[in-house]
Amino acid sequence: MQRHDVVIVGAGHAGAQAAVALRQRSFAGSITIVGEEAELPYERPPLSKEYLACDKAFERILIRPANFWAEKRIQMMTGRRVDLVAPATKTLTLSDGSALGYGTLIWAAGGHARQMTCDGSDLAGLHSVRNRADADRIMTELPAVENIVVIGGGYIGLEAAAVLIKFGKRVTVIEAQDRVLARVAGVSLSRFFEAAHRSRGVDIRLGATVDCIAGDDRVRVVRLSSGEDIPADLVIVGIGIVPAVEPLLTAGAAGGNGVAVDRECRTSLPDVFAIGDCALHTNPFADGAPIRLESVQNANDMAAVAAKAITGSPEPYAAVPWFWSNQYDIKLQTVGISTGHEAEIVRGDPATGAFSIIYLKQGRVCALDCVNAVRDYVQGRALVVGRAVISPDLLSDVAIPLKTLLAS
Amino acid sequence: MTTIKVTTRNGDTRDLQAQEGFSVMEAIRDAGIEEVLALCGGCLSCATCHVYVDPAFTDVLPPLSDDENELLDSSSHRNECSRLSCQLVVSDALKGLAVTVAPED
Repeated sequence: MQRHDVVIVGAGHAGAQAAVALRQRSFAGSITIVGEEAELPYERPPLSKEYLACDKAFERILIRPANFWAEKRIQMMTGRRVDLVAPATKTLTLSDGSALGYGTLIWAAGGHARQMTCDGSDLAGLHSVRNRADADRIMTELPAVENIVVIGGGYIGLEAAAVLIKFGKRVTVIEAQDRVLARVAGVSLSRFFEAAHRSRGVDIRLGATVDCIAGDDRVRVVRLSSGEDIPADLVIVGIGIVPAVEPLLTAGAAGGNGVAVDRECRTSLPDVFAIGDCALHTNPFADGAPIRLESVQNANDMAAVAAKAITGSPEPYAAVPWFWSNQYDIKLQTVGISTGHEAEIVRGDPATGAFSIIYLKQGRVCALDCVNAVRDYVQGRALVVGRAVISPDLLSDVAIPLKTLLAS
Repeated sequence: MTTIKVTTRNGDTRDLQAQEGFSVMEAIRDAGIEEVLALCGGCLSCATCHVYVDPAFTDVLPPLSDDENELLDSSSHRNECSRLSCQLVVSDALKGLAVTVAPED
């Protein structure tokens, strides 16, 4: 049985960066990354954007070039899943039946795309947009497809819709809530994106739920609970992820919606860290509420935190959350966490296509969503970090740069 | 291919072969220089590919866009030679370009 000083489970942004960060910190021990997909670590965000749009080849979204990993003595075991974790013997059982021992385990397995469970969910032509194979299947089927239904009006679904309408397809987005992006943004941003998509020809259905999916050799129709049938030659399911933590929880790790970690990304199991999408952590920018953050920022910064702890220089996770989404010519940048906000201040006129929304919680700035407003995004960060208390009149005045408000 | 010169944070300088049409950020990343994070992949949404460009090349570089300018302002290490390397597209004109990786923010 192979045994490595550090075994990283998950070859996404978090897992890859954990290995890189360990080597940058002069960690000399053996490192192995076990990845479920066949691919070397690549950027996931382009899968619903530039990659799906055929603007970027796969080689251009590799996080590091193929020869990098060997040069850094980072062993890649791709195409294998970890099925069992035995913390007492520090041993993993992989999907190919082999065993792998670890000194320290970094669990960075992310999540799997949540699947539909209604009738017809197993038909051909239903796709998630979570990994390269998903995007490749969509791209392969696309030439023969006219009608596309996107289930879920979150970032993935909306980004995919923006790409697919540009290919000249008929695109319908079905969202169960009364607005898109309901889980992650305030109502002003939802209304802006709904209008942006509708003006480009996307049919957005709010408060609509799927009753079943029907077809023959592949999907043909999505039936709503209202009884309406929407033609669909291809369905994109963008209804979130389920954190991939089952083997850890089975092994006794604390958690539920993800695996619980402390501020140094340690799980309740000895010498087992967890980072990235699957790590349930108390985030200082969420008032210490236990959350999971599905973002490149969180993956990268948690990787650094785990690497620091493993190399004997622990520092608590306290990075400022940030996020981006590109749809059409709309560049959205987010800083902070708006969940639980009590007020939203619109700064600028959404009709111009460039504006920001400043979220307040208990009177303090907790987050900004900036649409084609990079200056507000950059300058607003200090307001989030400082939990600034500033009058809404000042925040909404575009003539006053945000950076001048912090001192006031 | 165009040769560019990259100096890393510890002062090492390397000549890289950069492919025309790709960005300087991609050339640095693909050369295995891991300290350039380039977290957003080059879509002008972060500032983690910040470099200092040899002033001799200022005139041949594409002009600074408003968005790049604002993002550079997020770095506490910005100076007059600062650029985001994802915005510098490799071409013949950049032959011999010398850049230095900016400190981490």
